[in-house]
Amino acid sequence: MAKYTKTHEWVTVEGELAIVGITKYAVSQLGEVVFVELPEEGQEVEKGESICNVESTKSASEVFAPVSGIVRSVNEELEDSPELVSEDPENKGWLFKIEMNRQEEVEDLLEEKAYNEITGD
Amino acid sequence: MNLKRTPLYQEHIDLGARMVEFAGWTMPIQYSTLKEEHLSVRNNAGMFDVSHMGEIFIEGKDAEKFVDYLVTNDVTGLVPYQICYTPMCNYEGGVVDDILVYKFYHNKILLVVNASNTEKDYEWILKNSGGFNVEIRNESDSYTQIALQGPKAQEILNEISGVDLHNIKYYHFEKGPVDGIECIVSRTGYTGEDGFELYLKNGSSVYLWRKLLEVGKFMGIKPAGLGCRDTLRFEAALCLYGNELSDNISPLEAGLKWTMKSDKNFIGKSSLLKQNEEGLPYRLRGIELLEKGIARHGSEVLDENGENIGWISTGYLSPTLQKSIALGFLKPGYRKIGTEIVVAVRNKKIKAKIIKTPFYKGSVKR
Repeated sequence: MAKYTKTHEWVTVEGELAIVGITKYAVSQLGEVVFVELPEEGQEVEKGESICNVESTKSASEVFAPVSGIVRSVNEELEDSPELVSEDPENKGWLFKIEMNRQEEVEDLLEEKAYNEITGD
Repeated sequence: MNLKRTPLYQEHIDLGARMVEFAGWTMPIQYSTLKEEHLSVRNNAGMFDVSHMGEIFIEGKDAEKFVDYLVTNDVTGLVPYQICYTPMCNYEGGVVDDILVYKFYHNKILLVVNASNTEKDYEWILKNSGGFNVEIRNESDSYTQIALQGPKAQEILNEISGVDLHNIKYYHFEKGPVDGIECIVSRTGYTGEDGFELYLKNGSSVYLWRKLLEVGKFMGIKPAGLGCRDTLRFEAALCLYGNELSDNISPLEAGLKWTMKSDKNFIGKSSLLKQNEEGLPYRLRGIELLEKGIARHGSEVLDENGENIGWISTGYLSPTLQKSIALGFLKPGYRKIGTEIVVAVRNKKIKAKIIKTPFYKGSVKR
């Protein structure tokens, strides 16, 4: 089950890895994604830190690390096909995977219902 | 503060537009997608509600003389029913606004001004009218403005126009009925494409808006939002007030020297002549990014040693050209086509070079 942040990231947990992307709602606000600036693999990130940028024609939008840890992999397919983020934001359009060093941070993330209340869905 | 709504507000909602706040107005940013609307204007036609723009009428014996003094371009030389684009400067040579001057006759002139500047302009015009026999009326709230833009704009408008469009040359206008509704019809626009701007009194706006969408349907007309209005004007390298022009940027820096007529007197003239002689601290240039990334308004421009040499005023991944390009202001020494520079986009340094503008030439008939 995916969890969510107030800043419109989704997170699914696979063991020690947190897979992160932006939500359908974020994409609907942003418009067609034309460029993704991914974080570096091996980069250490703090929860809440801006580590990545998703850009539509109109604007750039920051993506914040939902949990702390080390970036283990990034979705390299997005370098040539950034449109995957608009087309399938919660699956093929994933952005990066973080190896968590404080797994308990997952507990602070929002359940789907609570997130939908924020976006008014 | 309550946002202002144009008379076409409900039409936008019914068409499923995403609405955003712009200069105190709630305006459609897109109906479908920015790219689809952008390409529709480039290839066929798009229709914009630009009723947020301001309309200020100057009438009276000294109308022509007064407007000629307010703006840098030549107003006395315009023939009746001709238009000019011009900056209106402050005494320091900065730009109060960039506007269109519609000359009916020497005693009646319409100024079309930016939504964000309408109040400021009106105050400025009033303040500088001492000694001139003129009446100044801000009629912005009673006019709807619809921009019909694209290579098929004329064919579409022709379906319902009682005005002979063939006779309207670039930057000229006529008054007359469009499907029975009295309009000012000008061959002007902000997209780089051929097209028209229609001004009509509020009341018939909804009827005309629907009618144009209906008759234009078979030629691929689409309602188009402010999102693509900005990418279209950007590809054509047309200035946007607030980005390429401001109270602190001179028309010379923005590449608008062609709009400055030094054989007449106007506000800001001595400052501009001085700047022209001493050299421009910054000059607007086209920039292409050579590595992945998109430059944005406010990004810093650096030389190869990391020294600041200017800033980006507008940047996009161009929907038509599919290149990452930008407009930016540069210090002397970095303005030649081909010069390599660096754009700082957040924490990344991206290689870029100076290229010529406009980035794209559309169907506009000069």
